[in-house]
Amino acid sequence: MRTALTTPWVASFLIWSAACMATPTLAADNITLQGAGATFPAPLYQRWFSEYNKLHPDVQVNYQALGSGAGIKQFTEGLVHFGASDAAMTDEEIAAVKDGVVLLPMTAGSIVLAYNLPDGPKELRLSRAAYVGIFLGKITKWNDPAIAAANPGAKLPDTAITVVARSDGSGTTYVFTQHLSAISDDWKNGPGTGKSVNWPVGVAGKGNPGVTALIKQTPGSIGYVEYAYALQTAMPMATLENKSSKYVKADLEAARRALASVALPADLRAWLPDPAAPDAYPIVTYTWLLCNKKYADPKIAEALKAVIRYGLADGQKFSAELGYVPLPADVATTVAKALDSIS
Amino acid sequence: MTPVEPGRSAPGLRRAMRRPGIELVPPVPASDDALSRPPSPLEIWIDRAFRHGSRMVAWATVALVFYIVWDIAVVAAPSVREHGLALVTHSTWDANRGEFGILPAIVGTLYTSVLGLTIGTLFGVSVAIFLSEGFLAGGVDTVLKALRLAEHPLWMRLPTGIENLLRMTVELLAAVPSVVYGLWGIFVVIPMVRPVADWLHGHLGWIALFGTTLSGPGILPASLVLAIMVLPTISAISRDALSDVPPKLREASFGLGATRWETILGVIVPTASTGIFGAVILGFGRALGETMALAMLAGNANLISWSMFSPANTLAALLANHFPEAGKLEVGALMYAALVLLGITLLVNVIGTAIVQRADASLKGLR
Repeated sequence: MRTALTTPWVASFLIWSAACMATPTLAADNITLQGAGATFPAPLYQRWFSEYNKLHPDVQVNYQALGSGAGIKQFTEGLVHFGASDAAMTDEEIAAVKDGVVLLPMTAGSIVLAYNLPDGPKELRLSRAAYVGIFLGKITKWNDPAIAAANPGAKLPDTAITVVARSDGSGTTYVFTQHLSAISDDWKNGPGTGKSVNWPVGVAGKGNPGVTALIKQTPGSIGYVEYAYALQTAMPMATLENKSSKYVKADLEAARRALASVALPADLRAWLPDPAAPDAYPIVTYTWLLCNKKYADPKIAEALKAVIRYGLADGQKFSAELGYVPLPADVATTVAKALDSIS
Repeated sequence: MTPVEPGRSAPGLRRAMRRPGIELVPPVPASDDALSRPPSPLEIWIDRAFRHGSRMVAWATVALVFYIVWDIAVVAAPSVREHGLALVTHSTWDANRGEFGILPAIVGTLYTSVLGLTIGTLFGVSVAIFLSEGFLAGGVDTVLKALRLAEHPLWMRLPTGIENLLRMTVELLAAVPSVVYGLWGIFVVIPMVRPVADWLHGHLGWIALFGTTLSGPGILPASLVLAIMVLPTISAISRDALSDVPPKLREASFGLGATRWETILGVIVPTASTGIFGAVILGFGRALGETMALAMLAGNANLISWSMFSPANTLAALLANHFPEAGKLEVGALMYAALVLLGITLLVNVIGTAIVQRADASLKGLR
């Protein structure tokens, strides 16, 4: 039944991608790699691919930032050479891919609580109980005792809190709700973890830009966005309490400490719902590239491996300036080793 | 071809005279053969091919509509079987737990559309009356007469020109992309209505319509933007309906001693009312299907509230937000929601078309 809907799409997409690929091959022995997936790392990936293309003009990478779910879908259906997702594929999803899957964590990012509080304090500290309470709709005013307790001496206004969430399904929401579920049973048994959940309160905007616009236009609002995004749009970010009851500012160093505290398992699917390191920022996630274990065309496999190797080595230096966390050196080595299993 | 056709109005005739292709003197045929020659086989063939070709394209368009409905229905079928009417009456949308309910979205769609339409109709019909009753042209004409320019070959075109310019400006609103309206709504409309909304909530909060505070996006800003989006549809069709009112009715009304306002409100608007109503219904259809601006302005919250300051959700926004990342079960439920939206829109459009047709029929005797 699903095929009835997807077939025309698949057909038109194939024609389109064939047309895209045909043109450069006529000119020279060029290779075009097709990829699709997460929007969160897209700025970094696109930077890598364009820089790589400058060094190796014969390899071109098309990356479409369609969203994590769409990335997994297209990758599973074999429409693209590689996919990308903020949520690692589940065992069930991996089993559906014929040519095998290698999951490669490529970069990491943190999710921050950005807010708009015109007469608020310079630094806003939120305890775990406070930010779970806000998103559950139990804390509705900015001068609530639960917020005031962590901000001694700060003048908090008596305005209502407007929670801003993502209206579309997204990896960002998945990582954020996974963290909330890890630290609160009320959240786990209530809205739960997912790419989109049933938010108890507030309004929702489409995509990171939608959430950002709503926060900026709504005094008294708070919402979750990617660190890179909040940084670019210069929004104030809350300082959050982590697992060791320390208040940690959202910055790259704190996020890197969170990554360092978690060892990568053999399949490279490391989740960090609540990192335990003393100075770690609490909401951090890896983001993965999805590759096949075996490619029919060895040229494609070699080109893809070379691009990814570039991203793991030279590419990491673009991370910080774009707001992503560079991979710790040992993680990069492990990932590079996993890369060799692709043929 | 007669030089003056009885039904043709003076400006139409003037236009025809200016057009180079049309000659008012019937051309004398070069010879009698030209008229009596039977069409050649090629001409017959072209004629037939054209007829069949256009028939095929017409049917293909109709078939496409049915294909789309059928395609959506097939994907929605499992969901319809599983949820039945519960999907329409349930009010939680939680894909993780497999709970799908679109009641808040249906209510939100109708609430924003009706409110937007009410505001849009008020402005749209006013614009239509202003443009069709010659207020503007009349004013400009008076000025020109005072300046003794009314008979000037260039200046005499000014009244109609200004009216056309205004009409085109209003209709240009239809050309603004939806996402631009959405952005404009977030950055201009919401900050603009916030103080008004706060005042209304503070002083008249006991009325259910003003029962909550406006936090940012919500039904009121969404409806205001929607009103602007449906305005060109309503004003264009109402204007046609108003200018279709036979001039003799107006003259008869003036002849009986009615003032201009009495004529407009008592004779012309009632005569054109079915046409205006049809315009409103067509605008309603447009409002129901509007997606992007509402996804950006309604707040995407699954709430049912009387308050026009409360955030809400609409069917089209629900589809746009959830479709890209939806799993198989959710896609089914979304397609079900799409069918419901399609059903509502279809119903509204059928009613609108029927009313416009009746309006034409009822005016037949007056022409």
